[in-house]
Amino acid sequence: MRLRAPLVLATAGLLSLTACGGSSSSDAAAGSTAGTEDAGLSGTLTVFAAASLTDVFTDLGDQLMADNPDLTVEFNFAGSSALATQIGQGAPADVFASANQTQMTVVTDAGLAEGDPTVFTENVLEIAVPEGNPADVTGIDDFGDPDLTLAVCAPDVPCGAAAEQVFEAAGVTAAPDTLEEDVRAALTKVELGEVDAALVYASDVQSAGDSVEGITFPEAEDAVNEYPIATLAAAPNPEAARAFLDLVESDAGQQALTDAGFRSPGA
Amino acid sequence: MPAPLLVPALLGVLFLVLPLVGLVVRAPWSQLLSSLAEPQIGQALRLSLVSATLATLLSLVLGVPLAWVLARSTIRGRSVLRALVTVPLVLPPVVGGVALFLVLGRQGLVGRWLFETFDYTIPFTTTAVVIAETFVAMPFLVISVEGALRAADARFEDAAATLGADRWTTFRRVTLPLVLPGVAAGAVLCWARALGEFGATITFAGNFPGTTQTMPLAVYLALQSDPEAAIVLSLVLLGVSLATLLLLRDRWLGRSGTPAA
Repeated sequence: MRLRAPLVLATAGLLSLTACGGSSSSDAAAGSTAGTEDAGLSGTLTVFAAASLTDVFTDLGDQLMADNPDLTVEFNFAGSSALATQIGQGAPADVFASANQTQMTVVTDAGLAEGDPTVFTENVLEIAVPEGNPADVTGIDDFGDPDLTLAVCAPDVPCGAAAEQVFEAAGVTAAPDTLEEDVRAALTKVELGEVDAALVYASDVQSAGDSVEGITFPEAEDAVNEYPIATLAAAPNPEAARAFLDLVESDAGQQALTDAGFRSPGA
Repeated sequence: MPAPLLVPALLGVLFLVLPLVGLVVRAPWSQLLSSLAEPQIGQALRLSLVSATLATLLSLVLGVPLAWVLARSTIRGRSVLRALVTVPLVLPPVVGGVALFLVLGRQGLVGRWLFETFDYTIPFTTTAVVIAETFVAMPFLVISVEGALRAADARFEDAAATLGADRWTTFRRVTLPLVLPGVAAGAVLCWARALGEFGATITFAGNFPGTTQTMPLAVYLALQSDPEAAIVLSLVLLGVSLATLLLLRDRWLGRSGTPAA
């Protein structure tokens, strides 16, 4: 019995040490990479990206890691407004990809971006309904129907800001039942069949595959979200950050984005 | 006080109190009154207080009998039951929210029947908020009351039985008054936990001002667009929580738990 307490304490101490020690490897060799070729990248690259970029960026990250065996790419996918806030509070990121200009402006106004952001892709809204469209949703006007269970993004999140614009363009007084904190949370509600419809991006409808059906509507063109990307001034791994940006803007990266339902910038 | 205890104790106090001090210091005191007048804050606060109180009442109605079963009955498998009942304590709240969806959502095990028979769905309503809060907070009450029941002297109940009281009367007039401080302490913990619930609420009940946007949700969303408003909301929540905890602890700790044997 007397052996137990010290043993428990020792185990707890060991566990907490391993938890603390996990991130120390990211500081190693951050700046000592070969300048011009991809193959020399090492260390950790931290990318903060809008939730809608989850699938595409994960694939691009895998590609970069395959080309650079010493590099680890880590992602933080969330609503762009949450990410902008985190960067403002000093979160250690190398790259920030936002789902609209507003949230990128939050970061550039605070002087935290390196150079000017570039728009690398665009996205439009699309109505997502569960498989089989159980509530017979036909268009954007259905979002004014209080009898339907509807999900829209919160107004601070880019897809929510775009939603407000399309509602205004369509002359609809929206009657949502929930304001989700990022577009993927809204999509999940549709996938689970818990809402009759949600307003998400075209790329999200595509990523959900068969469990979700998409309904396009003309007013979506009134709120095209431009996605800017920028490296951050305090980036711990600027070479890898630059390489990731180049990959995103390359033909391969652009093809991956359009395959996923995004649009080429300026389209 | 021995020095080896004093230093860690001091660090512990600082660790817990400094963030709260930071909140008070960073508050936009000049804008405080105008921010408080905004309707959204009043809505969120009202909703939080009402739903936490309802969740606590529901927990009392269901939890006290449950605690009695765990402490006093002799049915088999009590330890398994106890483990199951305390799972919400260790389960991440968001997981709890997902689980509630899978059972009570429109496509859920029970929810599907509810929807098809009564055309009623639980998610995205204030009811869902109360359910989510009860799910995460009730175990606190159950554990607290079970502990009090175990510590209470069973001989008083035996005495009541020999005097001719049936089991329900014994429970009502002997057992319950005996463990009332334990029930009160559990209810306070339960209320505080329900007030602060975020993960299960935002997942299961969604987020809509007035219906399901409780204070923690309002703080989370405000943080992304207006950090000053988030600080004001946090201060209000801190103030309400502190006031309640201080008030109740004073009243109930004043009465002693166990009468002289």
